[in-house]
Amino acid sequence: MRFEHTTDQRDFARSLDKLVAGSDPIAVARAWAEGDHAAGLTLWARLAEQGVTMLATEASPVEVCVAFEVLGRHSVPGPWVESAAYLPVALGREVAGVATVAVPPHTPYALDADVAEAVYLDSGRGEPTLVPPERRASEPVVSVDPTRRLFRVGEAVDVAGVSGSRAFDLAALATAAQLLGLGERVLADSVTYVTQRRQFGREIGSYQAIKHQLANVRIALDFAQPLVYGAAVALSEPAGTAERSVSAAKVQAAEAAYLASRVGLQVHGAIGYTREHDLSVFLTRIRALVTAWGTPAFHRSRILDSLLGERIGSA
Amino acid sequence: MDLDLSPGELAFRDEARAWLAANVPADPLPSMDTSPGWRAHQEWEARLAADRWSVVSWPEEFHGRDASLVEWVVFEEEYYRAGAPGRVSQNGIFLLAPIIFGHGNPEQQRRWLPTMATGEQIWAQCWSEPEAGSDLASLSSTARRDDERGGWVLNGQKTWSSRAPFADWGFGLFRSDPDAQRKHDGLTYFCFPLDAAGITVRPIAQLDGEPGFAEVFFEDVFVPDADVLGAPGDGWRVAMSTAGNERGLSLRSPGRFCAAADRLVDLYAATRTSSATERVVDAWIRAEAYRLYTWGTVTRLADGGEMGAAGSVNKVWWSELDVALHETALDLLGPEAEVAGPWLDGYLFSLSGPIYAGTNEIQRNIIAERVLGLPREAKGARA
Repeated sequence: MRFEHTTDQRDFARSLDKLVAGSDPIAVARAWAEGDHAAGLTLWARLAEQGVTMLATEASPVEVCVAFEVLGRHSVPGPWVESAAYLPVALGREVAGVATVAVPPHTPYALDADVAEAVYLDSGRGEPTLVPPERRASEPVVSVDPTRRLFRVGEAVDVAGVSGSRAFDLAALATAAQLLGLGERVLADSVTYVTQRRQFGREIGSYQAIKHQLANVRIALDFAQPLVYGAAVALSEPAGTAERSVSAAKVQAAEAAYLASRVGLQVHGAIGYTREHDLSVFLTRIRALVTAWGTPAFHRSRILDSLLGERIGSA
Repeated sequence: MDLDLSPGELAFRDEARAWLAANVPADPLPSMDTSPGWRAHQEWEARLAADRWSVVSWPEEFHGRDASLVEWVVFEEEYYRAGAPGRVSQNGIFLLAPIIFGHGNPEQQRRWLPTMATGEQIWAQCWSEPEAGSDLASLSSTARRDDERGGWVLNGQKTWSSRAPFADWGFGLFRSDPDAQRKHDGLTYFCFPLDAAGITVRPIAQLDGEPGFAEVFFEDVFVPDADVLGAPGDGWRVAMSTAGNERGLSLRSPGRFCAAADRLVDLYAATRTSSATERVVDAWIRAEAYRLYTWGTVTRLADGGEMGAAGSVNKVWWSELDVALHETALDLLGPEAEVAGPWLDGYLFSLSGPIYAGTNEIQRNIIAERVLGLPREAKGARA
């Protein structure tokens, strides 16, 4: 029993973090939102060189989560969940280049279909199918997160089966890991801010009202993290209750990150409510990911079904 | 990164599971805060001890099994899953015993640990004072040196001392040096029989009406040097090692919350009160989070790490989870919720969680200052 990252996993996280942090990820995200993908694709290629796109097929879900936590911490734009979590599992192979997929109803739009080399639709009947260019919308649907460029693809389809697949579970878990990284980042930036900002003659971080809110974020994130990695361990096992572990991770990580975003905005005050402040890059991403790859309501219902099913099974 | 138990740990789990299945009383014991309940719980402690299940993590010479931290958590999970009774000896076993192992001399260890393990002597924690709740360093009960008799004379008052109405011994901090520079200095850690001359125990009825705690008055109570834990004047440091235990892992193993969450889902399955669906699921998620968080802590401690301020993070989580679990159960029970029963008992007990062992407000200050590194509040601002 060793429920902690290995030295290799820690080193991997550190080297990815260094790589991304050195690439001015905020500027990358802002450019991506404007439709300028050049810097983002350069970063994409460098991360792919580090093996991020092969983790789903060549490593374990733990490594996938380690990488996605880093992507979240820097709000790296692009269809990473699609290319590095969902599609490799659904297709059974590593995805070369940038690809994206729509998995209605949970992920009804194809993220960044304008930049992806391959666009898929998974209707739950066998493998995801390629969507030809003429069946993709040319203009994105506007997301709360400007870096998430969403495109309608094809027609509404019957989706039975997709949400219970391993590909879906890994995508939901990678999203949870991303939320964890996003939440940690907002908390860290908020702590830095409240120790610098002074009001009424002292740092606002010395006020108990501020302290308690940030402590609540620390607590929420501390308990989301083990759910994420517990689900990753569960997904590595051939059988068991991984599905509900993933759902628990997604619900709690979304709740913790969302709390971080609300508290982060509150302690920043009006400056946090501006697009020009970097906080906005994280806040809008968090809001988008709370409902992406299964809403909290969907994941809660999966957990409940599993728990009740167990009881009927044993009765 | 894994959650796998070793073959030895699995064997330990199976042995515990089998023993509990054969020995846990079929009906819940009466409340330990009543005379008959107290006796029933002491008998249960003795039964546990007879087969060396009362203090599994202790050395074998003190009735333990030398169980590892992993095995201890495994045992606790099994204990609560089996629906075994709450531990009337928990103050002694979880709060005092680590101090006796860490700071007590061999004579004290031999004198106090075996009877604690068997439940023959039950200990009460006497920490809080009317004017010093979570702010332990401000306590004012005194210990005056008595060189002639080779000991100390205690005066003052403790209050909200859990288990004190029926317990045999108490432990607590007294101000032995009123002139110490810092208020944390000059405190000494004492153990004392609650029937000693000069001690008056006045039971206080808790929210549930039972005398779960008490006021304890000290009037010229003599305590020999042999009953001082650690060095005189070093009480704060000694006590803080128990505070870490109480707030952290030792007192609140995940087993009880996971077991309660499972019972909550059972209750939901039976009642299907849809308005509480989300809270039922969230209680289960949070108990699961607590279980996994604990395995992370266990790994870090096994690697030589320390609990530190993480104990405060832990304490806020389990205490609020405990309240949420029971509140949800009461909502599922509907109009029956006000009628006496295990969920109502558990609910009333859970309400004390955010208050004792340092209120959750104190814990949040500790998290903010020691984990997040936020500045201390300006002097005088904290009422």
